[in-house]
Amino acid sequence: MDIASQPPFVLSQRHLLGIEGLSRDDINGLLDRAEHFVDYNRQINKKQSTLRGRTQINLFFEVSTRTQSSFELAGKRLGADVMNMSVGSSSMRKGETLIDTAITLNAMHPDILVVRHHASGAVELLARKVDCSVINAGDGSHEHPTQALLDALTIRRNKGDIERLTVTICGDILHSRVARSNIILLNCLGARVRVVAPSTLLPPGIERMGVEVFRDMREGLRDADIVMMLRLQRERMSGSFVPSSSEYFHYFGLDEKKLSYAKPDALVMHPGPMNRGVEIESGVADGAQSLIREQVEMGVAVRMAALEALAQNLPNA
Amino acid sequence: MLNERRPILLTNARIVDPSRDSDFTGDLLIADGVIRDAKRGIGAAGVPEGTEIIDCRDKVVAPGLVDMRAFVGEPGADYRETLATGSQAAAAGGVTTIVMRPDTTPAIDEPAVVDFILRRARDTAIVHVRPMAALTKGLKGEEMTEFGLLRAAGAVAFSDANRSVTNAQVMRRALTYARDFDALIVHHTEDPSLVGDGVMNEGEFAARLGLVGVPNAAETVILERDLRLAALAGARYHASALTCIDSLDVLRRAKDMGVPVTASCSINHITLNENDVGSYRTFCKVSPPLRHEEDRAALVRALASGLIDTIVSDHDPQDVETKRLPFAEAAPGAIGIETMLVAGLRLVHNQEIELSKLIAAMSMRPAELLGLPGGNLRPGSVADVIVLDLNVPWVLDPNELKSKCKNTPFDEAKLQGRVVRTIVAGRTVYEYV
Repeated sequence: MDIASQPPFVLSQRHLLGIEGLSRDDINGLLDRAEHFVDYNRQINKKQSTLRGRTQINLFFEVSTRTQSSFELAGKRLGADVMNMSVGSSSMRKGETLIDTAITLNAMHPDILVVRHHASGAVELLARKVDCSVINAGDGSHEHPTQALLDALTIRRNKGDIERLTVTICGDILHSRVARSNIILLNCLGARVRVVAPSTLLPPGIERMGVEVFRDMREGLRDADIVMMLRLQRERMSGSFVPSSSEYFHYFGLDEKKLSYAKPDALVMHPGPMNRGVEIESGVADGAQSLIREQVEMGVAVRMAALEALAQNLPNA
Repeated sequence: MLNERRPILLTNARIVDPSRDSDFTGDLLIADGVIRDAKRGIGAAGVPEGTEIIDCRDKVVAPGLVDMRAFVGEPGADYRETLATGSQAAAAGGVTTIVMRPDTTPAIDEPAVVDFILRRARDTAIVHVRPMAALTKGLKGEEMTEFGLLRAAGAVAFSDANRSVTNAQVMRRALTYARDFDALIVHHTEDPSLVGDGVMNEGEFAARLGLVGVPNAAETVILERDLRLAALAGARYHASALTCIDSLDVLRRAKDMGVPVTASCSINHITLNENDVGSYRTFCKVSPPLRHEEDRAALVRALASGLIDTIVSDHDPQDVETKRLPFAEAAPGAIGIETMLVAGLRLVHNQEIELSKLIAAMSMRPAELLGLPGGNLRPGSVADVIVLDLNVPWVLDPNELKSKCKNTPFDEAKLQGRVVRTIVAGRTVYEYV
């Protein structure tokens, strides 16, 4: 297949910092383009030259396996030179501020920075200090746009259309950037979005973000088309938000019984990494209704689409 | 006779049922563990064969009492009170449901302990026993317990017993989480740093005795904080024992605002005051301390008006060895489950409160708050019923008390009125002859 025969999608902005600010056309454009990359990635020769000569730096202030490797593969398949920097080896450990790190990296003339940071808003702050394009690979509890895009692509491929689907997002909404990006994106594409969690894991005011709020799985999952589970993010918790993982699993963990409250053809998603037996039972995670592995595949395609779309705006492109 | 369960007809009684606002002379029929009827003139003719007919002329028939705050030392402190002795004391005092404090050893902070207590109570107790579970793990005030699983196991409310959770964030989260399960949080309102080394009410009397005082503010600071957090979370909150006028103002404001808040006071704080400490009587050392007479009188008025919802015994059996010490070094706490009602009758005889109000605060209201059966005399309800003689005069002899410990502040007190029969689920478990 010749990917070049399709015109690349051009994003109307320099950075991809969040789903907030993207139009419906932006989202659909990226998803359409990602569809092509899905097929392309299934070929033997996956190498492309769109980003030949370009430098992509993956700057991860927070550990990551799937997102970082997914961005690395995406960049390499498009022909870019990809460098990974993670917090363990960075000078941030030696006391350098975020902005100094940005200025230092900027002096090396990268074309695209892919950044993950533990503080909400940190990626945007960094983007203001550099001349290249920046992709937010997750900032604190704020946004994770490529995750929401890959989730949307996964849903679209399995359900045909996102409009009018009922999507229930369950679990640690409070700490989840995945939830926030998904809420914005799914609303933008016309889905009905619900959240289910104990009150301690719901940010006060969430109901104003266009979601129906439930505190009971039976009610929240009733007639759902998509059940999106979130990881209980203990590393972001100071103090106890839930008493124990056994109680959490009992009331909020997805097992066969709770899944049966959703539509019979409901599909199960999880952004990973999973805590099996805490928010999801193994049988469900690996079961026939699970899309979890497909989500990972879509991740590479979506990130290729995002890198390509931003590269169209780079100088001399 | 005591344990036989045949139908019972209580005749010619003054029947006081606060749940129906009724106070009339009539009969009450009990069969199969439930109240069949309560009305004028059921008569011996209309009852099943073999019914035990008890003439209750000049006596009061009322719902069995529900005591929301009592310490039972099982597991871990059997020498202070067991479920068996505690329940016998309860029966003698007209208490048909004991709600246990969770500060046993180990604390009631996991479902297995709730299960243990319920099984043990089934085998050894003669009245109903319902455990409260700990609000935080190990009563440490740090991490909330499993409200959902504990409730499912049978815990009726959540409390850190005689400790306050000092970390406001922990309290906020616990209240927020509790709301999802409609769990009732019962909280001791006393700031430990303001209590400090205090052992009695702060004021002139403490100054004269040379004892360190506990200010009212120790209570109001925590109460005020809690009520704001309860309003924020929308959770059901219950102050476990208020003692002073200042707290009543705080409570009234929150109730007026529609916060789902309720409160108890202990029998000690409505029948005694700081003067009862006299010359360092350690049996009158309780926590929070006995307050000023004005506070006591205000608490009684608050009960009469319904501002304060419930009266608890705050039954706290203490060994002689922990009480036979200089006042400041003695353990706080007084037994009370056996004397709660008769002590309360003092207020009725002094015309400080109506009998039906007193009974309501000890039976109907706690049953409602905890979602328990009982606390009323409606046909169909569980037959937890007491018979009272309001007038018989007597002097309390601590050696006749059923409790394992004898630390009663009513030691040799002259009392008027007593419980003459206690019926639990249709079975007579106590009879005064």
